[in-house]
Order: sequence, then structure tokens, then C-alpha cells
Amino acid sequence: MDMVNFLVALGLAGAMAIMLARLFAGPTLYDRVLAANSFGTKTVLFLLVFSAIAGRQDAIDIALLYALINFVATIAILKFFRYRSLEIALAQMSLRRAVEGEFEE
Amino acid sequence: MTGADLTQFLDYTLIAMLLAVAFAIVRLRNLFAVVMLTGVYSLLSAAWFVSLDAVDVAFTEAAVGAGISTVLMLGAMLLTARECEPAGAGRHWLALAVVSVAGIALLFAIPDLPVYGDPNSPANAYVGAAYLERTPNEISVPNVVTAVLASYRGYDTFGEVVVIFTAALGVILLLGFGNGRRDRTKPGKTGQEEDQA
Repeated sequence: MDMVNFLVALGLAGAMAIMLARLFAGPTLYDRVLAANSFGTKTVLFLLVFSAIAGRQDAIDIALLYALINFVATIAILKFFRYRSLEIALAQMSLRRAVEGEFEE
Repeated sequence: MTGADLTQFLDYTLIAMLLAVAFAIVRLRNLFAVVMLTGVYSLLSAAWFVSLDAVDVAFTEAAVGAGISTVLMLGAMLLTARECEPAGAGRHWLALAVVSVAGIALLFAIPDLPVYGDPNSPANAYVGAAYLERTPNEISVPNVVTAVLASYRGYDTFGEVVVIFTAALGVILLLGFGNGRRDRTKPGKTGQEEDQA
């Protein structure tokens, strides 16, 4: 059983390495955001498999924290790309844009 | 192979990825990519801390390194440039010499370090053993690190919190969170047009 878990962990590490390659090369910003988000997801899975191999339950808490932080960071980065600002809540921003008639398309 | 061997192998994988990310951070000129890579770097190092059984450090690293500092870096980038200036043509031989000497000195220091997980190492032997022994009786907190941080060294932690609060105030003053800056510079279409381009 340990060996199976280990092979799964190795596979996840390989997937993480592929994501890293996209993160280094990624021609556009959106490639990089997607790669970073997916890398975070893989880290969560890797930690869970790791906790199974090492027999430590406390790594699961860290994995949950990662999942939350990954989500928040992705939202922050995308919001930054879209609005060039982190100051105002998303809903407020689209409202303001709609009022000022700045909506394109 | 036992579980310890397997986790050690996974440690090496994590460290190899850490190295690759560090080199990429040094080489890349696109600051957005660098900010994202620093987030990835601290995720990886936090995973490594978990495998070293330092769960509390990993918790802090994940929350501060991957979460808050990514957002802060993005906020700082609002005030500065999006691309790094190209490095000067000259090579800094003096800096290279200093770094090489320091690196060699560190390599020489490695054999003096205690073996990983050594129960007789100074960190585990004297004060650490006393804390492990006393905490269940004196403070009914199952996690010894929490007991040390919040109770035995409570004043120290309080001082740290004051320092962090002051630092946060300074950062907020510098980056200008709030609506003041927005009203000065008209909320123009610059961001949108750059996106579309």
C-alpha cells in the first residue's frame, strides 16, 4: 500500500513539474495564472498523499489551508489583471463601471 | 523501502522543484510571473516543512508567503513597473567572490550540524525535553509549540504582534489602500485597453 501511495505521489510530482514548465515559459499572463492555480491544486493532493505515506494526520489541515489560500490568491491575481486595483469589492466595481457606461462589448 | 525512505525521496523532489523555481525567479524579467513564482515557492517550501514535521511553520508559511505577500506584491506592482529593468552589462566580480566564500563556509559548517531527527541534538535535549515534559501538566494545550508561543513566551509574542501591526500600518500608508488615490487619478480606461491589446 505504501508503494502504491508512493507511485501516486511521484506521478503528482511529475504533474507539478509540468505545471512549473508552463509557469516558466507561459507566453501570456493567463497561462501563468492557470498554471499557478493548477500547481496549487496539485500541491494539495501531494500533501494528502504524503500524509497517507508518512502516517501523519496533521498534514490534512495544511492541505485544507492551501486549498483556501490558492483560491483567494487566484481571485486576487485575476482581479488585479482585470481592474488594476485591489481596493474595491468586485461587485462594487462592476456596478461602478456599469453606471459610468464603461462596459464594452 | 520503509516509509521514512519514501518520504525522504519525496523531500528531494520538492527541493529540486524549489531550486528550479528559485532560478526562474532570478532569470525572469516579467514581474507578474515573478510574483506568481514567489507564491509557488512558498507553497513548495511549506510542503517541505510539513514533510519535516514542522506543521506550525508550514501553516505560517502558507498563509503569509503564499497568501498575503502575493497580494501585497501585486499592490506594490500597482505603484511601480510591470517589467524589470534589464540588468547592467558589467559583471560584479566582488559580489561573486563574497557569495562564493560565504557558500564555501556554509558547506564546511554542514558536517557539524546534528543528524536529522537526532534525539540527542541540542535542540531536542535540554530545554526542548523540559517543555515536552512540563506542558501537559502546566498548560493543558495538546500542541507544545502553541503552548510555548502563547504562554511560556507570551510577552515575546505580544511584542511581535505589535511589531507586525506597526509594519502593516507602514505598508498601508505606503501602498495607499482606501479610496484616496482612486479619486486623484481619474479611473480611466488604461487597464481595460491594455487587457484588450
